[in-house]
Amino acid sequence: MTSVLYDAPGPRAKRRNVILSVVFVAVLALALWWIYKTMDDKGQLEWSLWKPFTQSEAWTTYLLPGLADTLKAAALSMVIALPLGAFLGIARLSDHRWVRVPAAVVVEFFRAIPVLLLMLFANEFFARSTDVSSSDRPLYAVVTGLVLYNASVLAEVVRAGILALPKGQSEAAQAIGLRKSQTMTNILLPQAVTAMLPAIVSQLVVIVKDTALGGVMLGFTELLNSRGTLAANYANVIPSFIVVALIFIVLNFTLTSFASWLEGRLRRSKRSTGAVLGAGDVDDLNAAEVGGTYGTGADQ
Amino acid sequence: MFDFISDYDDPTLLGAFWMTVKLTVFSGVGSLIWGTLLAAMRVSPVPLMRGFGTAYVNIVRNIPLTVIIVFTSLGLADIFGVTMGAPDDFELQGFRLAVLGLIAYTAAFVCEALRSGINTVPVGQAEAARAIGLNFTQVLGLIVLPQAFRSVIGPLANVLIALTKNTTVAATIGVAEAALLMKEMIENEAQTLLIGAVFAFGFVVLTLPTGLILNWLSKRLAVKR
Repeated sequence: MTSVLYDAPGPRAKRRNVILSVVFVAVLALALWWIYKTMDDKGQLEWSLWKPFTQSEAWTTYLLPGLADTLKAAALSMVIALPLGAFLGIARLSDHRWVRVPAAVVVEFFRAIPVLLLMLFANEFFARSTDVSSSDRPLYAVVTGLVLYNASVLAEVVRAGILALPKGQSEAAQAIGLRKSQTMTNILLPQAVTAMLPAIVSQLVVIVKDTALGGVMLGFTELLNSRGTLAANYANVIPSFIVVALIFIVLNFTLTSFASWLEGRLRRSKRSTGAVLGAGDVDDLNAAEVGGTYGTGADQ
Repeated sequence: MFDFISDYDDPTLLGAFWMTVKLTVFSGVGSLIWGTLLAAMRVSPVPLMRGFGTAYVNIVRNIPLTVIIVFTSLGLADIFGVTMGAPDDFELQGFRLAVLGLIAYTAAFVCEALRSGINTVPVGQAEAARAIGLNFTQVLGLIVLPQAFRSVIGPLANVLIALTKNTTVAATIGVAEAALLMKEMIENEAQTLLIGAVFAFGFVVLTLPTGLILNWLSKRLAVKR
């Protein structure tokens, strides 16, 4: 691979690269050796601590139910947040000030607040004002917090998705005499949803990661929480962390790869208008800048 | 109505938010440095460094921050004996561990923001720099990165805002910041809604000006092409 940042290496550069590689490997090896040695000293490498993961009990009792709860909370949050986000996003594009402004306030407010605060508040709210049983409460609280936050993020995604469509789409719809609501539901939204798909999938990664917060702070029995129970049983702190981290990495990496595959497919597709909202665009969404180059794919 | 606030003095409401600010500032500076190094590695001529940078970003971005922060306490401190120079002062140790975890996590996002910024610098800039005989460190340090930084202030502002909100995760290892105080207050006091509003307001105050100022700055500093 060549880069515009450096010339093709000549003999001297090749030599220097080899030396740098060797030094880098040495530093990396030193770090790994330290990790290995400390783990060995603390007995974290003993086979008895790793053995549970080769047997079914650790998986069926702790990890799989934990993973199931993580996925359940994430899926529920996404399913509820999506229509809510679409509603808020469309409301922000309304021609009426009294619809646009409140929607903008709601979206900006929930985007400015940490999701943990929303979860803590929801948890207390359910405990005092509803009769949700205490065993269900963590799930309710986690899902409520995630829905409030992600609905407002998705509202921005929807808004950007609609704004990213070529102007000709809504102009043509107006020209054939469609109402504003018909233009939105029949012309703009279906195309925007396609354009948004990669962004929605990568938002799912954020949701999956945030469920772990509920595990520690609210006692929601998701994967990270189950790791605690598992480690208390087998006394394998480090191995259990490594296994749980690996599960998260595999899960989220699959989602991320799926999102970028979708993005590439949509960009190449001849049937779309070419408007695609990629994975990276979600982070960059900004009130002031939506409607500019974002989401057009032109800046990438 | 606000009587309950004065009942809490360890930490006070302001003290808790001050801790949030400190976590944000230390982690922000740290992740900017580490993230820049990672970005430099990802575009460097040494294949091994490129591989390391890519692997680091892909691994760290896909692990929940909560897992990383909890690991710094239960894994790094308890098993590996990394006490961050404060073996007896658990408050300080928790703070430093949280900063370490936040840096490790946020740097991956800083790296990605910077990398996309490097891509916005026109090819001719680097070509011209190479043509006058600059080597890789000079091309990157003198020509490309200064322009890249100016074009990614907007995305970096978003990373900083996300970081401010992410500092609440430090509550999971008992750092006395805003979210932990809110948990304590909301469980003990009757005014659920009021407490929620006070803490929400605090975060709006922290994140809104950051966004506005940095967005203004990014428009002012953006390289006009």
